[in-house]
Amino acid sequence: MTHWIVAPVILPAMLAPFIVLAARYHIGIQRVFSVAGVLALIAVAAGLAWQASDGTVALYRLGDWAAPFGIVLVADRLSTMMVLLTAVLALFVLLYAIGSGWDDRGRHFHALYQFQLMGIMGAFLTGDLFNLFVFFEVLLIASYGLMIHAGGNVRLRAGVQYVLFNLLGSTLFLFALGAIYAETGTLNMADLAQRVALIGPDATVGIRLASVLLLMVFAIKAALVPLHFWLPSSYAEAPAPVAALFAIMTKVGAYAIIRVYTMIFSPELEATAGLHGAWLLPAALVSLAIGMIGVLGARKLDRLVAFSVIGSMGMVMIAISLFTPDGIAAALYYIVHSTLAAATLFLVADLARAGRANLWLSAQAPVAGAALTAGLFFAGAIAMTGLPPLSGFLGKLMILRASFTSDIAAWVWAVILISSLISVVGFARAGSVVFWKAQSVDRTDHPAERPAPLAYAAIGGLLALLVLHTVFAGPMHRYMIATSAQLFAPEPYISTVVNTPGKLSKPGDGAYDDSKQKEDH
Amino acid sequence: MELLVATAIGILTAAGLYLTMRLRTFPVIIGISLLTYAVNVFLFASGRLAVGAPPILRDGVEVYTDPLPQALVLTAIVISFGMTAVVVMISLGAYLGSNDDHVDDEPAEIDLAEEEAP
Repeated sequence: MTHWIVAPVILPAMLAPFIVLAARYHIGIQRVFSVAGVLALIAVAAGLAWQASDGTVALYRLGDWAAPFGIVLVADRLSTMMVLLTAVLALFVLLYAIGSGWDDRGRHFHALYQFQLMGIMGAFLTGDLFNLFVFFEVLLIASYGLMIHAGGNVRLRAGVQYVLFNLLGSTLFLFALGAIYAETGTLNMADLAQRVALIGPDATVGIRLASVLLLMVFAIKAALVPLHFWLPSSYAEAPAPVAALFAIMTKVGAYAIIRVYTMIFSPELEATAGLHGAWLLPAALVSLAIGMIGVLGARKLDRLVAFSVIGSMGMVMIAISLFTPDGIAAALYYIVHSTLAAATLFLVADLARAGRANLWLSAQAPVAGAALTAGLFFAGAIAMTGLPPLSGFLGKLMILRASFTSDIAAWVWAVILISSLISVVGFARAGSVVFWKAQSVDRTDHPAERPAPLAYAAIGGLLALLVLHTVFAGPMHRYMIATSAQLFAPEPYISTVVNTPGKLSKPGDGAYDDSKQKEDH
Repeated sequence: MELLVATAIGILTAAGLYLTMRLRTFPVIIGISLLTYAVNVFLFASGRLAVGAPPILRDGVEVYTDPLPQALVLTAIVISFGMTAVVVMISLGAYLGSNDDHVDDEPAEIDLAEEEAP
């Protein structure tokens, strides 16, 4: 048993207290350790992804207790890919935070950042639903601190709304977990997949209820309409690097939906057949439409980017809710793209703030370093709206192609194409007002400081990743197809988790046989 | 006993939801606390209700109670306690900063923001 799987969780968990305790008053030391920690995370994540790329499912038993009683971490293609994406995103966002000085405008930025990474990594790696809840809470409690970093009344108000909404979401999550446990007597994902299949057709009320409750919880995280209300103001008011890191948090919800609704409540499962598919796709279409209309209607640049996040999550959820191997593969390709594109845009919006009093979409004196900032915004907007040549275009093509098999393919095509047009108009309007019309306004006050080169470098790095994602679209898409094939054939995953012996158990003696009495209710 | 526990969970949830919709920080925080109490009892009951039964499998014991929900509830209690502390601190900060404890954005404030826009 290799211990590397737990390293993405342990490393930030050790680093964060160290930063608080040993480097509390030295921003320089904090920066060095934070960057070194994220670099190490990338190395570990790349190693795990390389290990999982040939289709092996690696298992880590915490305390050597076997599943389903012990908690397990599982590294397969999907989870290692998401871990790698998080680590890479975290590096560039961290560099931006350092370059722009955001990390020095309040206390404990780096410690909270590491805790946040710990929660996200754990949520991607865990193989246990209750443990998923715990990691959700870890990432949330760190995000509360990051969200109100640097303070300010507007930000605190938005922070209160964000925290309360997520507390309600957590409560709902617990209700769903309680219902699932009452029905099946287990919360281990692989074990659940086996037991849910055994439930008879006459006793499916509880499990159907639990499956829909769980879907609602993940839909809150993924900001799916009509559960998206928390996102615009919290993402717009959060400090820019934090909002950029939050780009991965909506994807945690998408990841959880992919994981749970391909393995446990799979489309073939009779008990829940036709339950989530029926209204997940319409909700996703409405999300996409609302998000892109929000882009057109937004009157501030940061809110515009927040609405584009809702729109791109709608796009991801359209592909997921097809629940076909092609659809999931397209969704995974688009998840990587939209994470990078949303982070880029949040950071560019922050650059535009330098030299402007606010981010209202109105003609004000040109921002400092306007040409370069405008260029970066142009590239980010092309990526987000899905125009060629960047990866958004390819991702959208994949989703359109995958949706051919759907019953309402015409609706999918219509909504995707029309909302793309709307978002292009929205971004074009915002860009021309903020960067072009500004040239007609005389600079009245003293010129603002140019943003630091490191800030530009970080955004440039994210854009370079987007270009790589486009250039290597073929290999990437093949890898996504392999990943989604692994998701739709979960037997190796289940047998690895359930049949690997741990402490005090012999192979094959099936911890899961002597706890069957739960099913006789 | 099932009826009693189910009624208690229902009342706690209803009261919690009602208070949450009051949209002032103090009632909302109390409401969320009530909701977490409801969910804790719900989790506890998910292992089936059994009175006076040991939570550990032993020879000669026929009736036993499920120990796992108790561990789950313990975790949930600790987490919700920490979360409540955090939300109290943040909303206190928001209240002291703006001298207003509304959770939602005030309509008046939005008008003000519009005026700011040139």
